[in-house]
Amino acid sequence: MSLLEIRNITKSFGDNRAVDDVTLTIQRGEFLGLIGSNGAGKTTLVNLISGFFPADRGALVFDGHDITRQSINERIRVGIARSFQLVNLFDQLTVLDNVALTIFSRQGKTRWLWTLADRDGAVRDEAVAVLRQFGLEAHAPVLAGSISQGERKLLDVAVAYALRPKLLFLDEPTSGVSTREKAPIMDIITAVVRAEGITAVVIEHDMDIVFRYSDRIVAMHQGAILASGSPDEIRRNEQVAMTLLGTHADPQG
Amino acid sequence: MSAPGSVAAATQALLTPGRLAAVALSLLVLGVLPLILPPFDTLQVSYGLILGIAALGFNLLLGYTGLLSFGHSAFFGTGAYAAAFLVKYWGVRSMEAFIVAGVLASLLVAALIGAVCVRYTRIFFGILALALSQVLWSLALKLFWVTGGTDGLRVPTPTLLGGAFTQAFGVQTDKTAFLAYRYYYYVLAVFVLATTVMWVIVHSPFGKALQAIRDNEVRAEFVGVQVRRYRYVAFLVSGAFTGLAGVLWVPLNGLTTPEVLYWPFSGRIVFMAVLGGFRTFWGPIVGAFVYNYLEVWAVSATVYWQLVLGVILVALVLTMPTGLVGTAGQLLAWLRRSRRA
Amino acid sequence: MDTLVIHVLNSLFYASILFLIASGLTLVYGVMRIVNMAHGNLYAVGAYVAAWIVGLAAGSFPPAALFLLLLLGAGAAALAGAILEPTMLRPLYRRPEEYQLLVTFGLLLILEDLLRLVWGPYPLTASAVSDTLGSITILGATYPGYNIFVILIGAGAAAALWAFVYKTRFGVMLRATSQDMRMAAALGVNVKRVYVQAFTIGCFMAGLGGAVVMPISGAVLGMGVEALILAFVVVVIGGLGSLEGALVGAVIVGAVRTVGITYFAEVELALLYLIAAVVLFLRPAGLFGRA
Repeated sequence: MSLLEIRNITKSFGDNRAVDDVTLTIQRGEFLGLIGSNGAGKTTLVNLISGFFPADRGALVFDGHDITRQSINERIRVGIARSFQLVNLFDQLTVLDNVALTIFSRQGKTRWLWTLADRDGAVRDEAVAVLRQFGLEAHAPVLAGSISQGERKLLDVAVAYALRPKLLFLDEPTSGVSTREKAPIMDIITAVVRAEGITAVVIEHDMDIVFRYSDRIVAMHQGAILASGSPDEIRRNEQVAMTLLGTHADPQG
Repeated sequence: MSAPGSVAAATQALLTPGRLAAVALSLLVLGVLPLILPPFDTLQVSYGLILGIAALGFNLLLGYTGLLSFGHSAFFGTGAYAAAFLVKYWGVRSMEAFIVAGVLASLLVAALIGAVCVRYTRIFFGILALALSQVLWSLALKLFWVTGGTDGLRVPTPTLLGGAFTQAFGVQTDKTAFLAYRYYYYVLAVFVLATTVMWVIVHSPFGKALQAIRDNEVRAEFVGVQVRRYRYVAFLVSGAFTGLAGVLWVPLNGLTTPEVLYWPFSGRIVFMAVLGGFRTFWGPIVGAFVYNYLEVWAVSATVYWQLVLGVILVALVLTMPTGLVGTAGQLLAWLRRSRRA
Repeated sequence: MDTLVIHVLNSLFYASILFLIASGLTLVYGVMRIVNMAHGNLYAVGAYVAAWIVGLAAGSFPPAALFLLLLLGAGAAALAGAILEPTMLRPLYRRPEEYQLLVTFGLLLILEDLLRLVWGPYPLTASAVSDTLGSITILGATYPGYNIFVILIGAGAAAALWAFVYKTRFGVMLRATSQDMRMAAALGVNVKRVYVQAFTIGCFMAGLGGAVVMPISGAVLGMGVEALILAFVVVVIGGLGSLEGALVGAVIVGAVRTVGITYFAEVELALLYLIAAVVLFLRPAGLFGRA
């Protein structure tokens, strides 16, 4: 069953066609890996879907609704969330507050100027629970700007997750993190995502990570989709191997 | 250290016995000041409290929302002139009426100026606010048949709370007695109320949203906080507070002139917040008090006190950016750490 | 008819001065992403220094040479900029932008009083310079020759700046740095040098504006902030960081100001900003600005 239909989405910046007539369907509950070399259009595609800027052409249908013209806020309300490649947190707020604020926003409570945020037990408890799922609860009272890079990457995802989205885009959740930290981070993320039945799209450069965790892989190149299929199919795909790995495909898969 | 415990600890930290004691002590001191100080000094404290409210309002934007406005004289002046207009055109003398009119007028001005300013990027916000405040100033100056022009408008002593307490502290007609006692306590009461309200606002979910916008407006938008709207509301609240200060100021000064709308006044408000430390709640208030005394000294010492102010501001930004309260806090934290080590 | 001619010429006259100031402001923003709150005061520095030098030289130099001395006013402003950028602005590039605004605002306060300290509270004038060009008759209207000179300076400066930015090697570096500072640095551009040079040029333009307008309006305290809020209207309308925008904005503001001063004297500034507000509502980035 499809959750998001991307139809003929195109976006150009001047002469550069960043996303070129992309058509793709994201199935409910799947864990999709999005790969491609730098400049392939992966982040631009996520930016288009999350509403950062509008597409030049094409349509987006989410859960049966046309969201093509919707604002960032409307898309969040229907259930789309994203994390960021370069960590994007509220550094002067505590780790707990980063998540708590997101929950307040989700519940529409950020309109309230007359109550004390810290007194809201329900929100606080939910925030702690989210942090616990991501292994960050020990850092709750600490400023987000002062935890380690790996923890910041996890917090970035936790904040997006706290929106309780139906569709979660993760933009390079393990980039900038040491190799031995990558798998634990991905384990935590996948565990949370699968436990809640969230549909996830992960942009990644680390092929080991992508092949290990994805149900399906979509490869992009120069703004267009090169190939789409199971990890085995992609591994055997000659075109993908040539453009992305610079080698020949592995015939054994 | 279990997580709920640490979180609970973080919450209690807001209202520790130490902090409550400090607040109670300050209130006590402020409460007895008129009884021990000569009237002139009590007036200075009044000015300090009033400027404190102005700086508090200003800092909702700078410290908590990340917006630096160089146009807050617009609100202070609107509050002052609102009171003056009530006197001139409707013969009103009630302080409460002044306050209501002043705050409403400031909200209106903030609604108009804010609608334009929040559409612009953060870095141009301040200079746009400056420019729009000067439009207001030019109107006050040039429409002299309405505003009294450079002569300004007089505001005689208002009646407080409909005339209750008029017998307290001496003869009703003695203006000094009025200002140094009854009016001082009135200002103090409004100050306590305003500070409490602002304290709740910055610790509310709305306050957290503002801080998120300050820290990362892109991410704020992506967690569902509609940045422009929140900035606008922050601007309205900020304007209302500074307008309230303007209303309280004018009976003390007896007169309002276009000077109070002129850009150097906005600069003073900025300076107060930076001097005290704009990344803290109490910084701007402390800065307002210190600034008030600094200005009295500087004006009497040299005619180029704006130069002194400018030099101090540059020095602060380059060497002590967290201001007095911020730096004191850092020193305390460093002392605590080195004692533990 | 001749009133119309005068209005048009006055509009161009204002536009020239406004362009000189606004182009500096927008150039500095475009390249360095800095709003210099003290920009108007550098315009004032240009006026004061020019007035002072002309005042000293008036007896001994022929009037024609006095025109060249005006350039010294611009030079003084440029020199000030060249000193200020490395000392006060460079330490703050890595810090949040509030700090830059605060420092340049402190600079505004300092320069305001410094001018008063050096030259006193009374205006300086040098009408000898503007008188030398007398009046010219254009299309039946009599118009001061000096104003025509200012219009020519404005047009010349626009052309020179355009050529500089788009036709020289330094201009290429300027544009590269303004589009992507890190990439430019990675490609070997000395960003520090580009910054100080861009800032100096910006200050020069402002100082030139002040020097050139001084024979007519004198060097007066408070002219700096007044210039800043007018230049800012130009930049808002024309668009941040755009030189074409500064030119078009200057012409629009010049025209509105001329009409405003003639028919709506008290609310002329309010009228200007009303127009700016309308532009902001329709095109938040200004007419030529990038979003």
